[in-house]
Amino acid sequence: MTCPLYLQIEKQPSTKKPLQFVTFKSRKMKKASLLMIVGPLFLLGLYVFPLWNIMLGAPQYPDPLGLNIHISGLKGVSEFDIQNIDGLNHYIGMHTLPKPEDMWEFSTFPIVVGSMVVLGVLIGLLGYFKKLSYKWFIGWFVLMSIMGILGMYDFNEWLVDYGTNLDPNAIMKLTNPDGSPMTYKPPLLGHVKMLNFDVTSMPATGGWLMFVGMMLTLIAGYLGWKNTKKL
Amino acid sequence: MKTYHQLIMTMGAALMLASCGQQNQNSNGALSSSAAEKVYIAPGEQDEFYAFLSGGYSGNLTVYGLPSGRMFKEIPVFSQFPTSGYGYSEETVPMLNTSHGFVPWDDAHHPDISQTNGELDGRWIFINGNNTPRIARIDLSTFETAEIIEVPNSAGNHSSSFITENTEYVVAGTRFSVPVPQRDISISEYKGNFKGALTFISVAPEDGAMDIKFQLLMPGFNYDLSHPGRGKSHGWFFFTTYNTEEANSLLEVNASQNDKDFIAAINWKKIEEYVNNGGGTKMPANYAHNVYDEHSHTGTSTIKKEVLTVDPTEVPGAVYFLPTPKSPHGCDVDPSGQYIIGNGKLSADLTVHSFDKMIAAIEGEKFDGEAYGIPILKFEDVLAGQVKSGGLGPLHTEFDGQGNAYTTFFISSEVVKWKLGTWEVIDRKPTYYSVGHLMIPGGNSRKPYGKYVVAMNKITKDRYLPTGPEMEHSAQLYDISGDKMELIYDFPTHGEPHYAAGCPAELLAPKSQKIYRLDENKHPYAVTSVDGAKVVRDGNEVHVYMSTIRSHFTPDNIEGIKVGDKVYFHITNHEQDFDVPHGFAILGQNSSELLVMPGQTKTSVWEPKQVGVWPFYCTDFCSALHQEMQGYVRVSPANSDTELKWSLGE
Repeated sequence: MTCPLYLQIEKQPSTKKPLQFVTFKSRKMKKASLLMIVGPLFLLGLYVFPLWNIMLGAPQYPDPLGLNIHISGLKGVSEFDIQNIDGLNHYIGMHTLPKPEDMWEFSTFPIVVGSMVVLGVLIGLLGYFKKLSYKWFIGWFVLMSIMGILGMYDFNEWLVDYGTNLDPNAIMKLTNPDGSPMTYKPPLLGHVKMLNFDVTSMPATGGWLMFVGMMLTLIAGYLGWKNTKKL
Repeated sequence: MKTYHQLIMTMGAALMLASCGQQNQNSNGALSSSAAEKVYIAPGEQDEFYAFLSGGYSGNLTVYGLPSGRMFKEIPVFSQFPTSGYGYSEETVPMLNTSHGFVPWDDAHHPDISQTNGELDGRWIFINGNNTPRIARIDLSTFETAEIIEVPNSAGNHSSSFITENTEYVVAGTRFSVPVPQRDISISEYKGNFKGALTFISVAPEDGAMDIKFQLLMPGFNYDLSHPGRGKSHGWFFFTTYNTEEANSLLEVNASQNDKDFIAAINWKKIEEYVNNGGGTKMPANYAHNVYDEHSHTGTSTIKKEVLTVDPTEVPGAVYFLPTPKSPHGCDVDPSGQYIIGNGKLSADLTVHSFDKMIAAIEGEKFDGEAYGIPILKFEDVLAGQVKSGGLGPLHTEFDGQGNAYTTFFISSEVVKWKLGTWEVIDRKPTYYSVGHLMIPGGNSRKPYGKYVVAMNKITKDRYLPTGPEMEHSAQLYDISGDKMELIYDFPTHGEPHYAAGCPAELLAPKSQKIYRLDENKHPYAVTSVDGAKVVRDGNEVHVYMSTIRSHFTPDNIEGIKVGDKVYFHITNHEQDFDVPHGFAILGQNSSELLVMPGQTKTSVWEPKQVGVWPFYCTDFCSALHQEMQGYVRVSPANSDTELKWSLGE
């Protein structure tokens, strides 16, 4: 049995060691670039899955009411949850949950996310073809992190407004033990007991996908950095 | 010395007391705790089975859980039900329409769950109204009555409402024979002139819609109970008869003279084929067909004017009589379809016929005469065996799917377990008292769930705390998973349950509807958006298009109503949340309240007779602000010109 010609050639001992080193180096950068291309694509999950989720359970809600926060608007976990949350909250004077057209964020966020995906993939591709250094990878990550933090800040601002900007003619005006009016800001992260409701706020599928994607780009940056160090 | 004796005696007495106490604890304690564990459903846990018990003279169907014996719901079927407004609301009054006008009550007997391939499929449950012959279909996703069809030429609709194994038909047989068609003749002309109609009502596979396919006009006996063939005997239907003497007075004596009555074996597939080929005679008739539409939330009643009748002698090979001793009551078919059990209520024994032997006898044309042209098979030729039970007054038999049968004995007040094929008695347990039907979930199917049997008794007496001369009936629950039956629970039932039907909870629970969708509400007077709330006058009729949501009515102030007006309150519940109904009642209403489920519309008519300002309110404690959920209607004199206006929050 004869081996194919190219295999026979491969089998021959190589004498070009420096070339082999270069191959190794570029393979590593290629790997980092591939991660940099794939990572931002995970953000596309935000167009399908919710970024964040708030669940409201109570004695009379054994199946909790739930709010999914998508980048393009709010949706009930079950079909009528938004209507039912609004219905309950009107007793304590909370405003109804915003429709997509009520908040600029819901039209801006999809554009920002889309732009970041395009930018990230572009950086990855240019890295792959060795037009850009790994520093751009880290740059993208830092930019994305800043935007994320700004987004969280903005989200929290809305939660504060939603929970504290109450109708002065509310049916039930409740006060804290110290006499101050009770407010109803849902937690940004974690669990809070609010009247009869247990409110839990956690990142949802889209948020986790974004987290994974960002981590991939961070690894890409790290691999790129390690690669240069070896050079 | 004396003190010594006293001490010993005291110690002895103490010892005896102690040991007695301990003994009691051991014997009763262990037993009752194991029974308790079997029926105990911890708070928050759910039952393993649904049980649908007919309400008898309540006219309704009650829903229970097994093994807990807890009642979950009463489904109004043939009777007005002020709790929900069924039979009072404009939408549901048509459901109780008959050829005799509005009949707000009936005697509901034998529920049966729909089947596919002989197994329960949980789509619908059917039940018969005995008094003014009717068959109802109840939807098992909404647990509401969806359809009622009146059965013409029938009287005492008792051998009903049993279904064939693919729900091809729901079958309704008459207990009382009557002149067909009805006419003015002397009662003494009974013999030969009265007929017993056995009605085969087709069930549309897609939506369950019922339609009378044909009526078989049988000799004027009493057709007591029936069951479908299944498996090998699918295509046949069996009816017990009594009063083959055709007596028309003092039946307790005159209808008990013949040593044997019959089980009528009907080959309905043969008759179906005959009818499909143009056979049968169309006869003028008069019967109501009432259909409830889940989307318009409205029932409509149509009077039908014709029915297709079949003379059994015109279809050779379709009907045979199987002689069966002693005025048989229950007519039960085992899960394999092989054995047909006649429960001879005036005897100690059960007669079991063999389907294979019956077919052989028919093929061998071994007849023992005929009755009104219908061949009678020889008793010995069709007999599979007899159960020498030692009990008295056998009524009904169910099966566990393990080769055992369980028969109730009314007179000796017990359930007897016996083996199919060997006919030997395995066990017997008392019931409290005088048991009628019994039910094993899936008992009337190819696949019974033989874990529990419920015995439904006719006499309660001392089983519960006394409540005067009138009390609820009593049911007993037995664990039948072992060789011996074990009585594990005793619970009161509502009305007078006759038969019952049960099924595993997982067949129904996942598809039980939580709300009606407001966006699918097609009620002509529905207000699907709060902007649509209004009041419209048309002569002296006033239509109030009203919506409800926690915790107000829109509108809640109405003026311009006058004495003599007929005010229709059309209430739409805007909630889309599980278990948030709103009620509606107004002072002086000559009917019941309305209980409106989320997304539903119901209508109540109010005819104010007195000038004044009259309040209405929500009757269901819907929310923390329920007490505030109220409104007023101003009623002015008939000749006044108060402007019609309505508002909310002004």
